[in-house]
This record gives sequence, structure tokens and C-alpha cells, in this order.
Amino acid sequence: MAGEIWAIGEIVDGQPTRLSRELATLAASLAATAGRGARSVLVGAGAGDAAQALAAHGPDVLAVEADTADRPAATVIAGHVAALVREHQPSFLLVGASNDGRDVAGILQALLEWGTLVNAAGVAWQDGGPQAEMSVFGGRLSTLSHLASDHGIVIVRPSAVTAEEAAQPGRVERAEPSDVPELAAVRVVERIREASAAVSIEEAPVIVAGGRGVGGPDGFGVVEDLADALGGVVGATRAVVDAGWIGYAHQIGQTGKTVKPALYVAAGISGAIQHKVGMQLSGTIVAVNRDPDAPIAEFADLMVVGDLFEILPRVSAAVRARRGG
Amino acid sequence: MRIVVLLKAVPVVGNEKLVDGWRVDRSAGLEANGNDEYVLEAGLKLIEQHGGELVTLTMGPTPALEAIRKALAMGAARAVHVQDPALAGSDALATGRVLAAALSRMEYDLVFVGADTSDGQGGVVGAAIATRLGSPYLSYAARIEPDPSAGTVRVRRISATGYDVIEAPMPALVAGTQLLGEPRYPSLRGIMQARSKQIATWSLADLGIDASSVGSGASLTDVDSATPPPARAGATVVRDAPDVAAERIVEFLAARRLI
Ligand SMILES: Cc1cc2nc3c(=O)[nH]c(=O)nc-3n(C[C@H](O)[C@H](O)[C@H](O)COP(=O)(O)OP(=O)(O)OC[C@H]3O[C@@H](n4cnc5c(N)ncnc54)[C@H](O)[C@@H]3O)c2cc1C
Ligand SMILES: Nc1ncnc2c1ncn2[C@@H]1O[C@H](COP(=O)(O)O)[C@@H](O)[C@H]1O
Repeated sequence: MAGEIWAIGEIVDGQPTRLSRELATLAASLAATAGRGARSVLVGAGAGDAAQALAAHGPDVLAVEADTADRPAATVIAGHVAALVREHQPSFLLVGASNDGRDVAGILQALLEWGTLVNAAGVAWQDGGPQAEMSVFGGRLSTLSHLASDHGIVIVRPSAVTAEEAAQPGRVERAEPSDVPELAAVRVVERIREASAAVSIEEAPVIVAGGRGVGGPDGFGVVEDLADALGGVVGATRAVVDAGWIGYAHQIGQTGKTVKPALYVAAGISGAIQHKVGMQLSGTIVAVNRDPDAPIAEFADLMVVGDLFEILPRVSAAVRARRGG
Repeated sequence: MRIVVLLKAVPVVGNEKLVDGWRVDRSAGLEANGNDEYVLEAGLKLIEQHGGELVTLTMGPTPALEAIRKALAMGAARAVHVQDPALAGSDALATGRVLAAALSRMEYDLVFVGADTSDGQGGVVGAAIATRLGSPYLSYAARIEPDPSAGTVRVRRISATGYDVIEAPMPALVAGTQLLGEPRYPSLRGIMQARSKQIATWSLADLGIDASSVGSGASLTDVDSATPPPARAGATVVRDAPDVAAERIVEFLAARRLI
């Protein structure tokens, strides 16, 4: 039988990440179309427990207990997955486009000498292999690509699919691969938690983003309030991150995150190309800007000319009134 | 301290010249990849602090020279340019192989790469190179602190829940982000000095790599089709006073079932 499709998961705070759940659902649906087997793989401390949660999405889970206390998770995951691949000979690996996921994919690419499709916004099964949809050249084109071999890695962006529970949960199988390749040691000295890092703007259905027009760190108050009213999260431009008004985890654009929410509200944002590439595929774009000629007018759906400090609070109040009444 | 910075020359974002529908024309208008300029800046500061030499390494066609010259004008001591007609269309796998082969012919304490590229968007080449070289790999760096006397490097790595402080012996490979700080502009003096700096050109033969193992022919990924995303209809413009403007926003969102 042709090789399996594997979803390589990640554990954060003892649970499989949302992206891992999406990959499990994706692996199951691709495998169903392809008539192949699917499996999830979880490596790390507490893999057994996290695997129970991941198994709800259908594919059986290979769980490898491994110590990640003082080593970066990616090196531990990649080494064990490489050993499991040699043992089980799957054909395709789906890896998440998170920081750790990209590291895992890069290490596996070199260890396995497999081709890699990067940054897939969607994956279909086509002509005997995965076909990835990717936005390229600043969003000017959307490409469909495939692997020119019967093996490979696909790096999948958040929200390419919606995670779904399967009617029949998978089984959890403990694995202890042998001959795990030894990767050069990196030691974790300290892990620091920061509340601001925990925002997952890549997964949010609504983003209200603020730019230099908010005028200062306090100016984000009206942005946060509207995000709260709309049930969304706060995004930002690089200009305000560089200014220290808000954390880098909120930055959207070329050197920040790429997002695709149903609604993107841009407040006091000019719409520079480096910002545009990170948000132009949003479903609906509403801009609030004092300058009618700001570049964002060229790709917004609704361009509201005016002062964000006068307009945003009124929108928040109206949205809340609608919800309430 | 010897630092090698991997610098990719990429088409100017939003201004790419496309040929054959989707292939990007790399014959002109290339600039240094944004993230690579951040690690270059971090490297230049470390050389100023610890002494030593910073060398850039680029794989790319002739127009990449513009980005290389800018790096020399910013303060890099010299550059290595891997250039070969057979390299056109190489995928990430081949790129990692070639750059690892070039690095194995260089001497360094640290290799810096960008967290990802604006054209390739992979963010995988650094990890692949470190793995091939058997070097420690410290990624998503917001701060890089080598300790030459201890022979180690410490990195503040951005994580899903905050950041990790990680450490490894040198030589090591570090992938850096925008948080390392704004790159400097080349000074007039820097631009003048760059003219006499050395740019070594290495071919695949120099690296002992078989031309058939790289380039578009050997690429393990192929593009099936490329289409522009659906065009936006153009913005509805609202210029009313705040009360009315807010009302119109809410109506617009409601009509689209977003609230
Ligand atoms: C290599 C590189 C990478 C980059 N990566 C990114 C990236 O990832 N993300 C990113 O965002 N940028 C990025 N940039 C920077 C980008 O080029 C722009 O500088 C940045 O996006 C501008 O941010 P802004 O819109 O907040 O500020 P500005 O361009 O200054 O715009 C502010 C806007 O606010 C409006 N305004 C002011 N006051 C008010 C008010 N009271 N009410 C309403 N409107 C008001 C103004 O009319 C103006 O249009 C990058 C640049 C480079 C070179
Ligand atoms: N052709 C290249 N020449 C030099 N460095 C490169 C090249 N391709 C990738 N890199 C380095 O690897 C990093 C990650 O690239 P990528 O995986 O393509 O996003 C870049 O930021 C560069 O530092």
C-alpha cells in the first residue's frame, strides 16, 4: 500500500496546539481522498496525554515521550520524527507553519533529503500527491504547486482547514524509535512567559489593527475596545511595534505575521506594501484614516475618512448596543 | 570573532517583474532580503564590540551584486558570491545543500541567517544548513550575545508563550528577526571603501557540486498554475461626520453579516 500521510503535531502547555489539530483533520481528509493511511505524531513531555486529545480528530497517534525541559522542542521533535520515518516509511509529512514547525521542517528536509512545499494556505490531493496553494509576490499571485517526488514535506499555515472531531477517534500508540539522529545540542537556560506573546492573531476571525495614527501607546485603548466589542484581537503595523507601543507578537506584514481574518479594521494605518502583504487576503477590509489618499484606500472595501479617536468609540458603542438590544 | 551573514537578494516586494505569467524576473531590481539586513546589522555591531571580521555569503544571479555591494558599504569586510547558471530555479533543498557546501569552505564562529525570505517565505533554509553542518541552530533570535572567552552564544528566542533564553557552543548558526534592530544606512565613506573590498565568486565546480543536482531540473517542487487573487471591487468611501460615519460602518458590517 502507498505510504501514509502524517501530521506532525506540537505540544504547548501539555495540549496539542490548534494548528496540530488542523493538521490531523487535514491528514485524515487527504488520506480519505487518496485511499491511504493517516497518522498524527506527537513528540515531547506529556505526549501520551496530549495524544488522547489529538486522537479525537481521527488519525491514530504515534506518541513519543521525550524530555524537552532543557532542549528546544524542534530538535527533539525532528530527531524522533526522522527515526520514525525510517521505521514506518510514510510518504508525506504535514508540518505546521509555526516557529517550531518551520525549524522541524528545515531539519527534516536536510535529514531526509525530501522536497518541501512551504507556506500552504490550502492543501488538496491531486494526481497522486498533495497540491499546495500559496500566496506569492506580495499577494499578486496565488500558485498551486506539487512535489516532484513521491515523498515530501508540506508546511501548512494556520487556518488552512478547520479542525473537526471525527466520528471515530483514533488510537494512541506509544512509540520509542531507535537510532534517533543526534543533533547538535542547544540548551534552554530559561523560559520566560509574556502575556503579550500569547495573542494568536493568525487564528482570529476579526482583527482591529492600529498604526502610527493611534498616536502613542495609550491610543491603543480605542483600538482594543473596538476589538473587544467585535470579539476580535489587536493587530499592529511595524511602525508602532518599533516605537514600542505594542509587542512584536501583534505585528502584521512582511516581517511580522500573515493573517486572513473575515474582518480587518485598519485604524490609522497608511497601507504600506510591507503591511499590505500580511493582510490583503482578509475577507473584508475597513479602513479609518484622516487622509483620503492613504494607499490603503486602494485595497480597502470601506474607506472611512476621519479621525479614528472620534469614529472608533462610536462604532464600539453601536456594536455593543446592537448586541445588547 | 568571525561572522558569516547569509544574505539573499530578493525582488523588491510588490514590484516584482513577472515573466511567463508567474516566473519572477531576477535579471534586475534585486535588494537584500529584509530579515537578512537585520542579522547583518546585529553582526556588524558584534564586530564593533568584539573585533574580528564579517563576511557575507550569497547564492544568486549577477544582479545580486547590488545587495552585496550595499552590505559591503554597511561594513562587511568582504563577500562570497556563489553564482552558476545551473543554479537558476533551485528549490530550498538544493539551496541548503549549496550554502552548506560553501560554508564548509569558510572559517567562522557564527553564521547568521534571516528568519525567512520575502520571496521564498520558507524559513527552512537555516535549519537545513545547520543540520547538514552538524552545527547548533538557534532560531527566531530577538537578541544575540556571544561570549568569546567561554566559546558560547546566547540567544533570546521568540516562543509561542514568550521567549526562551537558549545557549550553545560556537561555531553555531543563528536565525534572526526584526527585533534585532533597525539596519544602518551605508555612509558615503562606507560606499567609497566598498569599492576596494573583495567579492569572491565561487562556481558549483569550486564547491564540488554536480550541476545536475541543483537548479530547476532537480527541483523537487513544481508550480502547476498561478492566478491573481480575485480583485477587490474598490472601496466605498465614507466622508460623513463621526456619528453618521460610525453608523455607516455598522450598517456595512451588518450587511456583510460580520456583526
Ligand atoms: C524590510 C521591511 C519590512 C517591513 N515589514 C513591515 C511589517 O511587517 N509590517 C508593517 O506594518 N510594516 C512593515 N514595514 C514598514 C512599512 O514600510 C511602513 O513603514 C509601516 O507599515 C507604516 O506604518 P503605519 O501605517 O502605522 O504608519 P504611517 O505610514 O505613518 O501611517 C499612519 C497613518 O495614520 C493616519 N492617521 C494619523 N492620525 C490619524 C487619526 N487621528 N485618525 C485616523 N488616521 C490617522 C495617517 O493619515 C497615515 O495614513 C517594513 C519595512 C521594511 C523596509
Ligand atoms: N540564495 C541564498 N543566498 C544566501 N542566503 C540565503 C539564500 N537563500 C536563503 N538564504 C538564507 O536563509 C534564510 C532563510 O531563507 P528561506 O528558508 O528561503 O526563507 C534567509 O533569510 C537567508 O539568510
